[in-house]
Amino acid sequence: MCSLCGVLGGNEHWTDAAARPGVFTRNVERIDRRRERARRVCAANRVLAAFGMSLSDWQGSSFVLSTRTGKSEMVEDLGHLWPAAEKLSGRSCDPLDPGVIARMEADNG
Amino acid sequence: MVETPVFTPVHLLTGFLGSGKTTLLKRLLADPALSDCAVLINEFGDVGLDHHLVERIDETMVLLQSGCVCCTVRGELADALRDLHSRRERGLIPAFARVVIESTGLADPFPVLSTLKSDPVLRHHFRAGSVVTTVDAVNGFSQLATYVESTRQAAIADRLVITKTDLCQGDAELSALLSRLGELNPDAPRLIAGEDGPGAETLFGDDDAQRAAGLHSPSGFYCDAPALQVTADGVARHTAISSFVIAVDEPVDWTGFGVWLTMLLNRHGARVLRVKGILALAGEERPVAVHGVQHLVHPPVHLAGWPSAERSSRLVFIVDGLDVNLLKRSFNAFALAGRARTRPQPKAVAQTRNAQNP
Repeated sequence: MCSLCGVLGGNEHWTDAAARPGVFTRNVERIDRRRERARRVCAANRVLAAFGMSLSDWQGSSFVLSTRTGKSEMVEDLGHLWPAAEKLSGRSCDPLDPGVIARMEADNG
Repeated sequence: MVETPVFTPVHLLTGFLGSGKTTLLKRLLADPALSDCAVLINEFGDVGLDHHLVERIDETMVLLQSGCVCCTVRGELADALRDLHSRRERGLIPAFARVVIESTGLADPFPVLSTLKSDPVLRHHFRAGSVVTTVDAVNGFSQLATYVESTRQAAIADRLVITKTDLCQGDAELSALLSRLGELNPDAPRLIAGEDGPGAETLFGDDDAQRAAGLHSPSGFYCDAPALQVTADGVARHTAISSFVIAVDEPVDWTGFGVWLTMLLNRHGARVLRVKGILALAGEERPVAVHGVQHLVHPPVHLAGWPSAERSSRLVFIVDGLDVNLLKRSFNAFALAGRARTRPQPKAVAQTRNAQNP
């Protein structure tokens, strides 16, 4: 547990079991872990932009999700991201929404 | 002495009412292969344990000749599992290396799997094993057509057991059922139950080990070419439940895939009955197997190597009423590497830096 904020438990979402060695062990390869988190933030932001939200890393242990009006919420991992995003934006974040897909495709160029 | 694994696999035996679960279980309980096993059943009376009984531990738990611990579930399943774990740790019952749960005929098997993942105690000691579903050869076909529970049970199975084939009138009935099951769940082997088979090892053997050691067919799946059960505009033909394959040659971006699948499951988890497949990840030599049942995704497994020379990603989806074409388009837009890894967003990077150096 983090003594500062009292967040319980470690990160054990399935997306954390990535291929790159050392990325999700906390003691070694800190740089790789940071890099992977940054990649994850980028990937999530590509999608969140469609809903007017953005994600940022918080101390390498959690993420902060915020809207353009400044509402924000801490999320632990990708599993908690989408319920939080839907609550914060009041919209459903549906990857099968044709509008969202079209936006992603345009973004891919 | 049975060695206790770090995470004890919990296998689930399910099947529609009267589909022969109990008969199958009766035979398995007498089998010495289940000696390292704890079995949770609904009622002792149904299984008729008396002539296998060695010791009655208490009113909910008995020890069988084979060494198998058998107990009934009163109330919450999580409590029963915790009790089993606690007794094993204290040495009050013989150590077991796996658990088999018989679920009731009408139950949706998914909540059992999710209990394992969400319970604060259980998730450190148990993991989800395979789901075995029994299907009655005589009534199975009409049950699949009539009851959604029956279809869901068949769709999330890792192994399907066809029972009562000896009561079948001719082969046409059986082959119709087999092909229907193949449409619903192309990736599960379909086993015919008889006097002496299938054995406990076939049903409750370690799925991960088998998976990692080598996949089942050149394409990495039990079947090579699942039938596509949708019409041209992506609408399912028979029932709303359909299965299809996404196959891509471009490498998949793991991070993008994670974002996509978590997003999909958050919104449509109840309708994605199954997702299973192997992925060729960008920047990675070895393939990764992913496997999910509704909202639950098992930890991905790194395979030792590719099952064949072809190195393309393949994902089998079994979905309930989702638009197949949209899903494929969505996957392509979100998860493919080279597309997903576009320019990094300066704002996000700046925020990351700020967060690191407050």
